[in-house]
Amino acid sequence: MTGQAHTGRPSRLLRNLSSKIASIPMMLTAVVIFLGGTIWTVVYSFTNSRLLPRAKFVGLDQYERLWDAPRWIVSIQNLAIYGFFTLVFSLVVGFLLAALMDQKIRFENTFRTIFLYPFALSFIVTGLVWQWILNPEFGVQSVVRALGWTSFTFDPLYNADIVIYGVLIAGLWQGTGLVMCLLLAGLRGIDEDIWKAARVDGIPMWKTYLFIVIPMMRPVFITTLVIIASGIVKVYDLVVAQTSGGPGIASEVPAKYVYDYMFQAQNLGQGFAASTMMLVTVAIIIIPWAYLEFGGRKRG
Amino acid sequence: MKIRSMAAALAVTVALPFAAAHAADLEVTHWWTSGGEAAAVAELAKAFDATGNKWVDGAIAGAGGTARPIMISRITGGDPMGATQFNHGRQAEELVESGLMRDLTDVATRENWKDIIKPASLLDSCTIDGKIYCAPVNIHSWQWLWLSNGAFEKAGVAVPKNWDEFVAAAPALEKAGIVPLAVGGQPWQAAGAFDVLMVAIAGKDTFYKVFKDRDAEVAGGPDIAKVFKAADDARRMSKGTNVQDWNQATNMVITGKAGGQIMGDWAQGEFALAGQVAGKDYTCLPGLGVNDIISTSGDAFYFPLLKDEEKSKAQEVLASTLIAPATQVAFNLKKGSLPVRGDVDLAAANDCMKKGLEILAKGNVIEAPDQMLSADSQKQKEDLFSEFFANPSMTPEDAQKRFAGIIASAE
Repeated sequence: MTGQAHTGRPSRLLRNLSSKIASIPMMLTAVVIFLGGTIWTVVYSFTNSRLLPRAKFVGLDQYERLWDAPRWIVSIQNLAIYGFFTLVFSLVVGFLLAALMDQKIRFENTFRTIFLYPFALSFIVTGLVWQWILNPEFGVQSVVRALGWTSFTFDPLYNADIVIYGVLIAGLWQGTGLVMCLLLAGLRGIDEDIWKAARVDGIPMWKTYLFIVIPMMRPVFITTLVIIASGIVKVYDLVVAQTSGGPGIASEVPAKYVYDYMFQAQNLGQGFAASTMMLVTVAIIIIPWAYLEFGGRKRG
Repeated sequence: MKIRSMAAALAVTVALPFAAAHAADLEVTHWWTSGGEAAAVAELAKAFDATGNKWVDGAIAGAGGTARPIMISRITGGDPMGATQFNHGRQAEELVESGLMRDLTDVATRENWKDIIKPASLLDSCTIDGKIYCAPVNIHSWQWLWLSNGAFEKAGVAVPKNWDEFVAAAPALEKAGIVPLAVGGQPWQAAGAFDVLMVAIAGKDTFYKVFKDRDAEVAGGPDIAKVFKAADDARRMSKGTNVQDWNQATNMVITGKAGGQIMGDWAQGEFALAGQVAGKDYTCLPGLGVNDIISTSGDAFYFPLLKDEEKSKAQEVLASTLIAPATQVAFNLKKGSLPVRGDVDLAAANDCMKKGLEILAKGNVIEAPDQMLSADSQKQKEDLFSEFFANPSMTPEDAQKRFAGIIASAE
């Protein structure tokens, strides 16, 4: 914006030249590393690569084996359960907390810090902490038993049927604070006048939230959704720290299958096939949504 | 000019000390991190430091399953360490085939490894296309049942002498609030326990038919069905273990919270560290007291190909230090494993190690599944058995069907 005098029209390509040059490294990274790496992975998922990649193609063998593996099926089911409940609970609880926080309460800073604090911990630490809390010998169960209820049983991490919910609790504890903060920022962005107008019209508060404020917060909700969803798909370290996939294979997740088969089983082909399936799953969800969101109409 | 010559002179003084000393620092990676294991690896470091070189310890916490991926990615990624532990067998096979590992044949012929290393199968596992690629350091056998004498005393039953007696004693143990059989949650423990049951119950021939010949028919047949029946018993007896790591499970036996544990002889290091005496505080039954056979897998050190000449020389020194009689004795006494050479004196060995040495001398040995199956098949087995042990609703018949499937597709 230095207002230099131009003798002729600058070519489109040269406009904002410095910013274009600055973005070249990032573009190269995106194209070569992300796109190139993805294509490479997909191609090699059709080979029988073991410890090292080798281009001996075996068709769909790796995929057949993948979908025959009970562990993979369990992983997918777990991801579905974990994903669904994480999405629902962190949005609902996060919004409720944000709405409560928005009532001009005292010590808001303190509460905000308390709720956001778990997010400062890594998934590994979160997993370990919750492993101890949920351990029947010195966690919740033993505390309640010490209070007198000697037949109280609460050991989600050692019960194959509900272990994934034990992981879910830890995930929610860690992530809800962030959702709250994002939504609180969204709520603060709503103009005071809208509240005043709603009050003048005599609309009850819950209706104002549900029909006026939430629709206005759509962009914030979408950002939050993307952040939560990407956290769900890549969940790995939480499970490793909390249960290492156990008991048995009851809390396995797809990302862990990929890692275990690529490195422990020294079977790259199988790991690539599994990660390709993860990519396909994400694509199946993202593409129709992106089409609905951006397709058809142009945004200004 | 003056500045340049001064710089040259300076460079010489800096470079000289490095050229003069033949010693080198070697980073050695391994996954020996439990108390007993750390004490044993310190003996190796001491012996290597005594040669004037320096052992830079690269312990990686977590069992082999965690450590191996890190080691392999360092080697394939162009950042090799000086030497690294693997279980000898097929774990490093592809690394050797792609020329990333160093050939030790020179050292081996010079020091006559062929004649001193017993049993010969250990060196065979290090040999690929006639060249030797690793230095075995110990023999570990899986086929042991460790029993807590205190737990059986508390339950009021005699310490069992074989697997069947142990199964029969389980209800009494449970009544006394003791978990009969400790099986930790790490997948390899369940898979390993099954292999041990297979050798003990189905015998050596069937074991080889399944793992060496990969005969899926035998794997799905009546002999293996018996093994799955025993695994079903083991599953029932292991209910309530609730620990992850193998040494935590061993600790349950040490403290008398569990009656017994099927675990390799590395568990002995934990008993020794806790000050327990074989025969008095705990009892060991090789081959589960049924079939006196032990497998001879174990740990070996592999040496990645390095460009640095000093370090390459130090690798040779390390290789021969590992095999040296004094190192073998010091290391294996602490580790609870057996030495790789028959000509060393293990007078200080305890009861259990002596039992192991005796079986070794008789030649009642088998190869371990690690030496016969690829890492891929082993992982599938781990998935199957960790599910089987954790999920009481999975029938032995279903599990056997899946087991036969894994054997059929193994390569």
